[in-house]
Amino acid sequence: MSGVEAARRGLVARIDPAGHPLPLSEAAPGSAGRTGFWRTHRPVLEPARCVGCYLCWLYCPEDVIEMAEGAGPRGQAVPVIDYEYCKGCGVCVDVCPTRALKLVEEPIGEG
Amino acid sequence: MEALKKPVRTIWDIPRPEQFAPGHNMCQGCAAALIMRMLMKVVGKDAIVVMGTGCVEVTTTPFPYTSWKNPWLHLAFENTAAGASGVEAALKALQRKYGVFKDRYIKVVAIAGDGGTFDIGLQSLSGMMERGHDVMYVVYDNEAYMNTGIQRSGATPLGAWTTTTPVGKRMRGEPRPKKDIIGIALAHRIPYIATANPAYPTDMMEKFRKAYETRGPSLVHVYSPCTPGWRIRNEHTIHVSRLAVQTGMWVQLEIENGKPRVTVKVPKRKPVREYLRIQGRFRHLTEEEIQKIQRMVDEYVEEINRWVGEQAIGPVVEE
Ligand SMILES: Cc1ncc(C[n+]2csc(CCOP(=O)(O)OP(=O)(O)O)c2C)c(N)n1
Ligand code: SF4
Ligand code: SF4
Ligand code: SF4
Ligand SMILES: [Mg+2]
Repeated sequence: MSGVEAARRGLVARIDPAGHPLPLSEAAPGSAGRTGFWRTHRPVLEPARCVGCYLCWLYCPEDVIEMAEGAGPRGQAVPVIDYEYCKGCGVCVDVCPTRALKLVEEPIGEG
Repeated sequence: MEALKKPVRTIWDIPRPEQFAPGHNMCQGCAAALIMRMLMKVVGKDAIVVMGTGCVEVTTTPFPYTSWKNPWLHLAFENTAAGASGVEAALKALQRKYGVFKDRYIKVVAIAGDGGTFDIGLQSLSGMMERGHDVMYVVYDNEAYMNTGIQRSGATPLGAWTTTTPVGKRMRGEPRPKKDIIGIALAHRIPYIATANPAYPTDMMEKFRKAYETRGPSLVHVYSPCTPGWRIRNEHTIHVSRLAVQTGMWVQLEIENGKPRVTVKVPKRKPVREYLRIQGRFRHLTEEEIQKIQRMVDEYVEEINRWVGEQAIGPVVEE
């Protein structure tokens, strides 16, 4: 295995006791690459409307939402979305009870 | 992260750490991705995952990459449960002969799709349940063979379009109702059986927790919307899942040592039309055909109510 290959995400070379390299995979984000490239629309937060209910975090199929405790304008927890891997499915927008999340068209050339 | 011990009652009981990495190849809005995420949160790092081929496997393990932080074994389509039985037997033998894992509970969690469970893997599942292996079996049911291009399975519901149950002059989608996998599991008298739905995550995770804690075979049958296969909007995954429960198309059951219980009661049912109308796979259905499905669901609900001994699911109330 070349050094370049070993440096790729998720791939780990281990050496066994006899000195042979073992091509082992270790779990890491992005087994399918930067899935954020899939997006045509991105979920965007309007912090003032968020009530910190965690529902978007709970239902995100991709697990790309982290809740930032106390980071909202009223001290509430607000979602922080990892756009590297967010696929723009819109589930978080659909489950948000206060319409704090909106799907907006992905700017061309970014993402 | 250890397996979850405390009951899951509210969102605050759900562990924050994750055992399943994002950025895999599952489609936008795929419910199976959410189900795997919740499952792995509950079972934690000491589970050995044994997986039958299907969408989840193919999309999360493109060699040499993986989304699974757990030990993970690929199996063919027909032998998920046989492989799981073997791993469990090997663990027991290692424990007996060499005393390994004496103070750790290592458990085998088998995962397969509906095609791999209701049809092709049925004999090996039956053997696993009959022999009483200590395996938790999770079937994520997207109601067709999705990975190979939406072919019907024994789990495809009545009237659903698939590529092998087309809609035309001779055929109007799937001609038969769904196979009763819960009835099949019941016939094996295993200690824990449940149905779960991703719109009710605390209920689902509590069932995963109980299935994991069961000593002996357990089976959790999970409803799993597939956005391209069901012809639904990506963001509607949870909405459709909730409607399945609210219309009685899907009943949230738990059967502990043969005793059945409905875990999510529905005092007023919505008409099945509301569930069918938002899915492209049912778009061809006429009002008459919808009424036929409604009558089928009415009968099913009555049967469940009789079985659990209370009116857990109420009558249809048009809004
Ligand atoms: C014996 C055998 N027949 C066919 C296949 C091809 N195959 C791979 S995945 C799959 C469909 C799986 O359907 P299901 O179990 O419902 O999982 P899903 O893809 O829907 O998640 C098929 C037919 C196979 N791998 N082995
Ligand atoms: S759009 Fe989908 S993937 Fe992105 S944060 Fe929302 S739920 Fe998660
Ligand atoms: S679902 Fe909406 S209100 Fe709730 S935490 Fe997320 S953005 Fe805020
Ligand atoms: S085809 Fe369906 S089940 Fe398969 S990954 Fe896509 S949404 Fe999920
Ligand atoms: Mg399937």
